[in-house]
Amino acid sequence: MKTENPRAWFLVLPVILLVAFNALIPLMTVVNYSVQETFGNNVFFWQGVDWFEQLLHSERFHAALGRQFLFTGIILAVEIPLGVAIALAMPRKGIWVPVCLILMALPLLIPWNVVGAMWNIFTLPDIGLMGYGLNHWLGIEYDMTQSPLAAWITIIVMDVWHWTSLVVLLAYAGLVSIPDAYYQAAEIDGASKWSVFRYIQLPKMKQVLTIAILLRFMDSFMIYTEPFVLTGGGPGNSTTLLSIDLVKVALGQFDLGPAAAMSLIYFAITLLVSWIFYTLMNKDAKD
Amino acid sequence: MAKIKLENIRHSYYPNPSNDDDFALKRVHFDWEDGGAYALLGPSGCGKTTLLNIISGLLVPSHGKLVFDQKDVTKLSPNDRNIAQVFQFPVIYDTMSVYDNLAFPLRNRGVDEAKIDVKVREISAMLEIDDMLNKKAAGLSPDNKQKISLGRGLVREDVNVIMFDEPLTVIDPHLKWKLRSKLKELHQKVKATMIYVTHDQTEALTFADQVVVMNFGQVLQVGSPQTLFDRPEHTFVGNFIGSPGMNILPAEVIDGQVWVAGCQIDVESKTTDLPEGKLEVGVRPEFVTLAEKGVPALVRNLMDVGRHKVLETLVGDKKVHVVLDEHQEVSADQVYLQFDPNSTRLYADGWLVDLHHELEGL
Repeated sequence: MKTENPRAWFLVLPVILLVAFNALIPLMTVVNYSVQETFGNNVFFWQGVDWFEQLLHSERFHAALGRQFLFTGIILAVEIPLGVAIALAMPRKGIWVPVCLILMALPLLIPWNVVGAMWNIFTLPDIGLMGYGLNHWLGIEYDMTQSPLAAWITIIVMDVWHWTSLVVLLAYAGLVSIPDAYYQAAEIDGASKWSVFRYIQLPKMKQVLTIAILLRFMDSFMIYTEPFVLTGGGPGNSTTLLSIDLVKVALGQFDLGPAAAMSLIYFAITLLVSWIFYTLMNKDAKD
Repeated sequence: MAKIKLENIRHSYYPNPSNDDDFALKRVHFDWEDGGAYALLGPSGCGKTTLLNIISGLLVPSHGKLVFDQKDVTKLSPNDRNIAQVFQFPVIYDTMSVYDNLAFPLRNRGVDEAKIDVKVREISAMLEIDDMLNKKAAGLSPDNKQKISLGRGLVREDVNVIMFDEPLTVIDPHLKWKLRSKLKELHQKVKATMIYVTHDQTEALTFADQVVVMNFGQVLQVGSPQTLFDRPEHTFVGNFIGSPGMNILPAEVIDGQVWVAGCQIDVESKTTDLPEGKLEVGVRPEFVTLAEKGVPALVRNLMDVGRHKVLETLVGDKKVHVVLDEHQEVSADQVYLQFDPNSTRLYADGWLVDLHHELEGL
């Protein structure tokens, strides 16, 4: 017999209040802005869905969104396999385990804007180690303030440096949870290294890899500080990702209405893609 | 199929073992006959899993040689030894179907699909899992998963030995019995050598023709369940097998006569020319009776275990169990015990005195 006590809901109340104040209410103010126009002085005019319509037909928005997907796509394609590969190569036992784990955790501890500033200096062609080295020692012309390709390569290398560790640590956690008997059985069954990876390690890592992919998708899709500090969105608009564009609209041009509409669309896309990822990756777990 | 010889196997997990205690396996020298059903019985930590891993090739022993028929396989990989092992927790390939799980060892060895199909169907019929061949292995119950891990061993032709490392640990009690008789039946069908590791004497005694009792990193006795019961060669074997186990009492031998608690008794063992060491007398509760005179004992407790009663008494500070028949009553606080001379034996330092048990080199 289950007894229900409706008063138990009071226990959830603090959480509801907390979520309301830190998520729902700010979100509602954004919704409020997105349907109005203001010229300052706290005077607002009703605008309906005009901002949304304009945005969906705006080439500037399409371009920023395209750059955003390109960036996130490259990040996932590089960091996930690289992270898994590093995790596979890490020792499972012995004194090198803590050494590797600490080395892996280090980049994760550095604040975003510091990472941006570090890489900015690191890549300066006249004094930065990498910038100077490439230009003067290797003879490769490299200046990310001039060349869009160089800027793209730099922000991707920076993100890989900063965040691959997260994938490594998650994948490693998945790997060490596999009991020895699985490897022993595979050895007795005559499985190749590839088969062990494909049929034992990968399936056992699936749960944590789902989390890794989701986290890396969300973080890279909403990335702002590092590329902003590094390139400022340039040269030209070549590295103006969605979030950088959003800040330009909201704070640079002070177009609160369009910026609010853009935020909502941005939010919806992030949510939608995360949901699709999650559903796809959990599909065969159910049947 | 092969006869497996363990030649003076010793193993230590330390790189530089300095004394005997550093060895997980002190010295094992023993032959497993081709086609036998063996049980490796011993308490946790006695070295039985180490021994199993040495036979399967997951461990290379620090000393000694392992020979399959005439071939030295000490350094060969598990794959090259052609053995099969079923682990304590079922190991299955989650993402594959039952069929693919069974076919996996054959596919790894490049067997052609038509042959695989025949073999997989034969084995799945034998294990009674043919109705779930197309299911995903991940969703099955533990006993079926264990059958699949066993099946992966059976599909291969001519496995030298199939080893079971406490395979029934995660199986429900009512299925344990069923699976155990299935194993016994399979042994008769496939005629492969089987080694069954367990710390449960019921499992060992029902499965095996020959039981290998291990403790302290060595083999204490090898024999049929009957031999282990009738004539334990070590007090540990006597105590570990049987419920309750053998009674062990300190003894003295004066002029060829055995004395226990100030009372002279007759034993089956020789009483002269004894080896060095602490002397003890061992007798099973089944061969102790109450009498008018004999070894004096204090009554502690009388337990009715169904078909018979077990009387717990104290001789000095040692517990002695006596099996009584169902209707017998005990009213006195003090009783006198008689030991059946044909089943009472003398042990020196744990070992039966009639053995010529020499551990050379130790």
